[in-house]
Amino acid sequence: MSRLVGPVARLAALALLLALVLRPEWFEPILKPFTENNAPAIYTQSSLLSLTLAHLGLVAVASLIGAALALVMGVFVTRPMGAEFLPLSRSLVNIGQTFPPVAVLALAVPVVGFGVKPTLIALVLYGLLPIFENTITGLKEVPGNVVEAARGMGLSPNQQLFRVELPLALPVILAGIRLSVVINMGTATIGSTVAAKGLGEVIIAGLLTSNTAFILQGGIIVALLAVLLYDALAILERRVARRTGRLAEVTG
Amino acid sequence: MIELDHVSRRFGEQLAVDDVSFSVERGTITVIVGTSGSGKSTTLRMINRLIEPTSGTILIDGKDTASVSGEELRRGIGYVIQGNGLFPHWTVARNIATVPTLLGWDSSRVARRVDELLSLFSMKPEDFREKFPHQLSGGEQQRVGVARALAAEPGLLLMDEPFGALDPIIRAKAQEDLLAVQQRLGITVVLVTHDMEEAIHLGDKIAVMDGGKLLQYAPPAEILANPAPGFVEKLVDGVDRPFRLLSLSPVASIVEPGTAEGPPILETATLRDALSELLWHRRDALPVTAGDGTVRGKISLQSLLAHASGPA
Amino acid sequence: MTDASQTAAPPVPLTARLDRVGVVVALIAVAGMDWQPFATLKPNRLISGQGLSLAGSLPTLWAAIGIGILSIATIVAVLRTNAWLRLTTGIVSLLVLALLIGLVPATVVPPGNTFARVSPASGFWLMAFAFAVLTTDAIAKLRLGPLARLGMLAGAAVAVALILGSGHWDGLSILKEYATNADKFWREGRQHILLAVSSLAAAIVVGLPLGIACHRNPTLRGITLPVLNIIQTVPSMAMYGLMIVPLSLFAASFPIAAQLGIRGIGTAPALIALFLYSLLPVVANTVVGLGEVRRSVVEAAEGMGMTRFQRLFQVELPLALPVILTGIRIVLVQNIGLVTIAALIGGGGFGTFVFQGIGQAATDLVLLGAVPTIALAFTAAILLDAVIELTERRRL
Repeated sequence: MSRLVGPVARLAALALLLALVLRPEWFEPILKPFTENNAPAIYTQSSLLSLTLAHLGLVAVASLIGAALALVMGVFVTRPMGAEFLPLSRSLVNIGQTFPPVAVLALAVPVVGFGVKPTLIALVLYGLLPIFENTITGLKEVPGNVVEAARGMGLSPNQQLFRVELPLALPVILAGIRLSVVINMGTATIGSTVAAKGLGEVIIAGLLTSNTAFILQGGIIVALLAVLLYDALAILERRVARRTGRLAEVTG
Repeated sequence: MIELDHVSRRFGEQLAVDDVSFSVERGTITVIVGTSGSGKSTTLRMINRLIEPTSGTILIDGKDTASVSGEELRRGIGYVIQGNGLFPHWTVARNIATVPTLLGWDSSRVARRVDELLSLFSMKPEDFREKFPHQLSGGEQQRVGVARALAAEPGLLLMDEPFGALDPIIRAKAQEDLLAVQQRLGITVVLVTHDMEEAIHLGDKIAVMDGGKLLQYAPPAEILANPAPGFVEKLVDGVDRPFRLLSLSPVASIVEPGTAEGPPILETATLRDALSELLWHRRDALPVTAGDGTVRGKISLQSLLAHASGPA
Repeated sequence: MTDASQTAAPPVPLTARLDRVGVVVALIAVAGMDWQPFATLKPNRLISGQGLSLAGSLPTLWAAIGIGILSIATIVAVLRTNAWLRLTTGIVSLLVLALLIGLVPATVVPPGNTFARVSPASGFWLMAFAFAVLTTDAIAKLRLGPLARLGMLAGAAVAVALILGSGHWDGLSILKEYATNADKFWREGRQHILLAVSSLAAAIVVGLPLGIACHRNPTLRGITLPVLNIIQTVPSMAMYGLMIVPLSLFAASFPIAAQLGIRGIGTAPALIALFLYSLLPVVANTVVGLGEVRRSVVEAAEGMGMTRFQRLFQVELPLALPVILTGIRIVLVQNIGLVTIAALIGGGGFGTFVFQGIGQAATDLVLLGAVPTIALAFTAAILLDAVIELTERRRL
């Protein structure tokens, strides 16, 4: 019985999300009471579908760039040739993560102007940190005797990395990517304050016109998206972890 | 005196301890031996009510342990576990002072007691008081663990695999320490182990448990000479039984009148030592002397061999 | 017999004398010094300005001294040098940069012109970043202890306070922005800290007992942690937005609540949203911390007759403390950042300046909000990291 709760809740959330994005007019009777002075209950300035896709696109591009950069850097500092950078990069990641995403976003505006660009910069920079950190942790946690055995069997350093170390570190790296995607979902919402196209637009429109119905629409869609993505990535992570026999802790 | 009277403990469907009764004399060491899952630890933990019996009663000095609160009961009983369980965030002194502090002793009395115990275990108080557990060696941690259990001067000490995590040399030393301290303080000890050798070495009496049942409860010599058929027999099979048996009795127990040639043996030496001497010097008999050198008689290979064999 | 004097030492290859991190630092610093503007001069606060090179924005003598010191620092960075020397070099360079930038306004702005704005430009930031990296690398290599790090934090705070107090930076645009907003700055600052700290306090009061309960009861744990996880996943702007709905309904149906200041927008929804975000790290770390206490230790405590309370307060919680503190550190740093967004729903805090600045395209106003937020988060992180390390020291 309790094993059914997860899939059923997931399907219900997905159905609700699709309905909210594709058929927002269905919800007019529910949302109408939240408006005042006959304001519209459904956001129509842009289609919710295009906003959702823009939002997801932004997050996807930023996460891909961030993950690629973080992986390359993480692998570099754990090789003998980049070892000198390891203590520094750890400190920088630690410091970087104390920077609030909004501050990163706000500081990017003066440099590159309004729009998608500052949002993308903030998303890439901020999203990169958890992946980088987890890549280092994951690679460092690979048991020494396994690497030693790989070396003893005559695997080249590249073979050791791609056939042994990275596959074993994958669950931890995926956990970093999951964290990064969730953070990016939120930061992308804030991106609407600097005129990046995305779901934040709906919430901000609601805040500006005191239209609670808009806030609800935008808020619920973003929240559902974030939760579903988080959940999907967690499932993927557990699959991979089970295959490598190492269950990464599913936290934060 | 501790009396277990038809004590059982059930965990769900499983009967972990099945109708166990035995009594422990004051001032003796009783060792409960068994494999894992035999119910030996559960039995021990029912004595200080870390686990409550499902049925049956346990009396300590005639008083039902169920008549006081669990905490109060435990503060009066020393308890040592494998891996010592020292509190890593407290100093050695504060660790040892745990129960006295719980009992509300005044601080000068606690401090005196801490120093006394450290000295008893040959650790200089001024060197060890302020150390943290992680600054101690394994053997030192173990001794502090026992000192902590003895802090409030309990008459009874319960030990659950106390030497399990120690390497062989430190382990032998810790066993000797325990015997010395027990004799000096005259306390009652109940100790759990899976190691028959340890049980024979330390126990005045041995309780062998398997599958929750008490199979045999007897002095070590009796267990070695007349093991209960089945499990106990198999258990003692592997431990050089004749030599073990010989090491349990002193030469004085089978000394014969008369004299013999060769280097004399002390009457307090064990029969095992005597056998070793006889074999080494290729003699059939050797003279036995008391501590002051007076000759008490002789010991012969023949009587030794008779003592070392099992029942016909 | 070998004659040592005849075998000449092999020449040390150049690459072995170079510090790899230092090379990167030097590249960034040189790029900042030679190719990027040191400062920006704007005719007023909104019009975009013109970049000035280091030599072009300072009196010749100061520019020469500055370039001299920074060049020497770059060479120290490139070569393999002692970590203490590198640390000193990094700190001195940062100080030099701080002093130099303060000299720019008096040099480039004609006296009497109150509209012109001078702010640090990309060259300054690149050099600051480079030497900050040099300092950080030295600190990481020296493995400075918690007290030393706290000392450095205090030193940095004193240095910044002295420079600010002396008025040396008063000509810079961010301080001109401060001058017109001084009262509001401190008000929003207080509100910022208040929101971050009080939501944390509430999360500790609720989360610690909840964490303890979850540690003891696996069923409760199985329900609580996933729910808190989902809450954390909800983006902050959505969360703040969603908080508005129930609170405005609440205020509409209970006039007393409205009189007490509970409204859909403002402090109340911000506080509740922050509180909800704070719960997961506190609860999860309490559970993990208690779970990591060795079983033999807990059993020994029980075996010696400690009551449940004594066990919890004397043994389990003290041993779990570093892990719990790590959760609190996560919450505090996270909250300081999240409070910024609360400005969108009228919650106040430094975010007010950030979003006003974004709205007016006034970079200086954005900085007036963003810089203190980062400083706060950074200070909180260093402070709590040091405390955590101090509590960890005595443990196994």
